[in-house]
Order: sequence, then C-alpha cells, then structure tokens
Amino acid sequence: MGTSPARITPNASPTKMPTTHTENQSQVQTATPKMRASNINFYYGSFKALHDVSLDFAANKVTALIGPSGCGKSTFLRNLNRINETLRDTRIEGEITLDGENILDKDVTEIRRRIGMVFQRPNPFPKSIFENIIYGPRINGLLKNRSAAEVVEQSLRRAALWDEVKDKLHDSAYAISGGQQQRLCIARALAVDPEVLLLDEPCSALDPIATAKIEDLLVSLKHQCTIVIVTHNMQQAARVADTTGFFLLGKLIEHDKTDVIFKNPAKKETEDYITGRFG
Amino acid sequence: MRPFEEEFELLNDTLQEMGALVAHSVHRSVLSLVEKNEDYAHQVIRDESRIDQMEIQIDDLAASLIVREQPVARDMRLVVAAIKISTDLERMGDLAVHIAERALSLMTQPPLPETVNFGELSSLAESMVLSSLDSFVKRDAQAARGVLEQDDRVDRHRNAIQHQLTQLMQKDPSTVTRAIDYLIVARKLERIGDHATNIAEDVIFLAQGVDVRRPREAQVA
Ligand SMILES: Nc1ncnc2c1ncn2[C@@H]1O[C@H](COP(=O)(O)OP(=O)(O)OP(=O)(O)O)[C@@H](O)[C@H]1O
Ligand SMILES: [Mg+2]
Repeated sequence: MGTSPARITPNASPTKMPTTHTENQSQVQTATPKMRASNINFYYGSFKALHDVSLDFAANKVTALIGPSGCGKSTFLRNLNRINETLRDTRIEGEITLDGENILDKDVTEIRRRIGMVFQRPNPFPKSIFENIIYGPRINGLLKNRSAAEVVEQSLRRAALWDEVKDKLHDSAYAISGGQQQRLCIARALAVDPEVLLLDEPCSALDPIATAKIEDLLVSLKHQCTIVIVTHNMQQAARVADTTGFFLLGKLIEHDKTDVIFKNPAKKETEDYITGRFG
Repeated sequence: MRPFEEEFELLNDTLQEMGALVAHSVHRSVLSLVEKNEDYAHQVIRDESRIDQMEIQIDDLAASLIVREQPVARDMRLVVAAIKISTDLERMGDLAVHIAERALSLMTQPPLPETVNFGELSSLAESMVLSSLDSFVKRDAQAARGVLEQDDRVDRHRNAIQHQLTQLMQKDPSTVTRAIDYLIVARKLERIGDHATNIAEDVIFLAQGVDVRRPREAQVA
C-alpha cells in the first residue's frame, strides 16, 4: 500500500462551495495562448448575454464549451470570429486576441479566414462538392500557387471524406448523407487553412457512427489548428477535449483540464450540471 | 429526487448494508476463535453466500448505472468505488469464513501450552474494518487516512505472533497442527486489514477525487 498523507492535495474538499464569481474562473492559464478572450461582456440590445468572460485557448488543443441551453456558449463562440457583428444592435466589451493581436482591430475577412466556423446543421451551398470546397480559397486568393483540384483533394482528405466522395466531386453537395455533409462543411472550413476552427454542436444532427468520425477528425486536426467546440454531449467533450469550460447564465463558471471537470470539478454548479442535478 | 438519484442512493445503501454484514462476520469469526463458540463460527459460514449475493447485486447496479447514466464526477467516483469496495468486502467475508473454519478446527484440539495473544491483532483488524466503513458512510477522507496509518501496526503484531508460534513449533513439534491453525488465523487477520486499507483508499478517492495509491507527480501530469 505504501501510502503517505503528504501526497494528498490540500485543496480537495469534499463539500464544494457555491461559486462567488469574483475569482478567476479558469484553472488553465497558458503562457502564450493561440487565442485569448479577456473580460468579455456582450449585449443583445439591453440584454447582457455574457458577463466578464475570460478564457485562454491553447494552441493545438481542443477546448470544449458546455452548459445549459441559453447560457451563452454560441454567443461566446460567435464573438471569437466576429460573426455576432453582423447582428444589429449588439455590443461587445473586452478584448479578444489571436496570436496576441486584437481581432477587433483587424480586417474582418482576414479574421474569418484565419478563424473558421462549422455550424450545428450541415449547411453546404447548393452547388457541387467541388464548388463548395473551392469557393473559399478562390475568394481569398489562395489558388495562385496550387491547382483547384489539389486544394479540393487535400481538404477532403483532411476531413476524412476523400475516399467516400472522390468519384462524385461534381455531384450536388446535397446528394451525400448528413454526416458526410458535415464533414464537407469541415473540409470547406479547412480549405482556407484556418488557424482556429470553431464548431457549434457539429454532431447534434448526426448518428453515433458519423459522430465518431467527426470526433476522430477533430482529434487528428488539432495538430494543424486550434479547436473550440460547443457541445451538449458530455461524453463528446470528455472524449475529444483537452480542456473544458462550463458556462452558466452568461458566466464562465469553471475551466480546467477535461479530466478534472468530469472526475472532480471544483465548483458545485459544474458538478450539479454534469451529473444531471441541475435546477 | 430524480429516479437516477434514487439508484445512486440504492447503490450507496446496499454497499453500507454489505459493509455491516461483513463487519459482523469478521467480529463473529474473532469471537468464535477467542470464545471457542461454535455458533458464531457457523453463522459466519452461513452468511458468506448472502455476502456473495450482495456483491453481485452491487456490481449489477453499478453496471446498469454506467450504461444508463454514464456517470461523471461524484457519481462516477461512487460507482467506481462501489465496484472496488464490494470486491474487498467479499474477500473479507471469505477471510472471516477461513478464520471461523480454523476456530472450529482448534475447538477439537487441546489448547497450546502457552497463550498466544490475538487480542491486539484482532481488535486492530476489526477497528480498521469499522473505521473504513464508517469513513465510507461519512465520506470522511480524514478518517480514511487514519485507517491507512494502522496498516503497519497490523503487520507488526502479525510478525510477533508468527515469531512466537515458530519458536513454539521448534521447541515442541507436537504443537504443529494447532500452531499452523493459529498462523493461518494471524495471516487472515492481516489480510482483512489490507482490504480495509483498500477501502480507505477508495473512500479518499470518493470524497476528494484523489488517488492515494499514485505518487503526486503522476497525478499532476
Ligand atoms: N440574436 C439574438 N438576439 C437576442 N438575444 C439572443 C440572440 N441570440 C441569443 N440570444 C440570447 O442570448 C442568450 C444566450 O444564447 P446562446 O444562443 O448563446 O445560448 P447557448 O448557450 O448557445 O444555448 P443552446 O445550447 O441552446 O444553443 C440567451 O438568453 C438567448 O436568448
Ligand atoms: Mg448554441
């Protein structure tokens, strides 16, 4: 057995204290994060949807964002590549940096190329598979040194879709299954070589096999980019994410290594939510 | 309470019930030895199958909770601890049976020419069983750590008894059969202490999410 009490962490307490929100919510501080959100407040008109959210995204890691419906996960994610800007009557406070530079000071097209997004429902354009992929590289002027065919093949391979669609590249994107369409959307996002990939519940419309394919894909993609995924599937977060952040009522309650969140979270709110005792 | 919460409660309660039964068996096995009481020995042997059944019941309950609830955090820790604790309790039940069987065998033989003091070893082993179970009921990691500290003392008492019996057998070979029975009892009591230690470790994991079996560095990595 050979046990010694000195090995036991002193901060582990059997009864969890309710959160006060005054302390820093994130246990995972990164020296040089790929992205950093600092003290983000976000307003839809007069409704404040995010409250002082600070979160670091480490390079080449998968970060999962979890929390009950309406807690602000999508709102937060959509701020990370400035899609929320397209909504009228919204306002953001705080700072979001990519490689240390404030994304709000940058050209928005450039930001959206560097930070790609995949949505809940597969949303291919009503065009061929080939056209779906090549659209982004074309408008971003990325076809100067490479052929369109090359870019399409590489993107589809990176999304683990090439073998399934290589013989029907010029068929409609709607002629493939939902799971394949979602990987097509990921391939489309990857075609412009993003540094960060944001995914908002990308598997919620997919069956377990298609979901497993996307999860495998995410784990392999993190070598090429930094990934942020919103999910309602706890097991999915546990399977793919290096760190997990729990949101509640527009606040980030806790952010820690995924293992810690699911084995022994620090905050009572987190434990109540992930064990299904919420509310 | 949501239905699944009741099942986690049931798992907890069944484990407590099994713990109480095993603590009884250990106690009776010791009494059967020191008081030369046949009834106690037979009760221990009789209760073994009930203990085995409870282990199966706990494992079934834990398995279905894993399948249906995919437990995380404290629920996960309870399920993991329950599976491990029930195994330790079942082994303790077996060990109590072995002690009771030796006690029955010793009742048919004349007493040893000198007294072997089992009092301290048996009360230490019993107190470890009770404290580990109590720490489980209260989710008290502090108390569980107290159990871990007692393990060395059990080993020391057992070594002393072993030494005395070995000398006795050398001096008077006619005592071998009886002395071996006593040696086995000492060994079984020590094993009971080991299982209580395992349970205490599981309680620390359950209460604090800390695995005390692993060096600290490995946990941080
Ligand atoms: N376009 C909008 N205009 C006004 N309020 C909005 C808008 N979009 C979201 N909200 C509000 O902001 C809050 C956060 O919504 P958000 O969509 O970010 O939640 P979520 O965590 O993604 O939820 P879900 O898990 O259901 O997708 C909610 O109260 C929501 O009603
Ligand atoms: Mg959402």
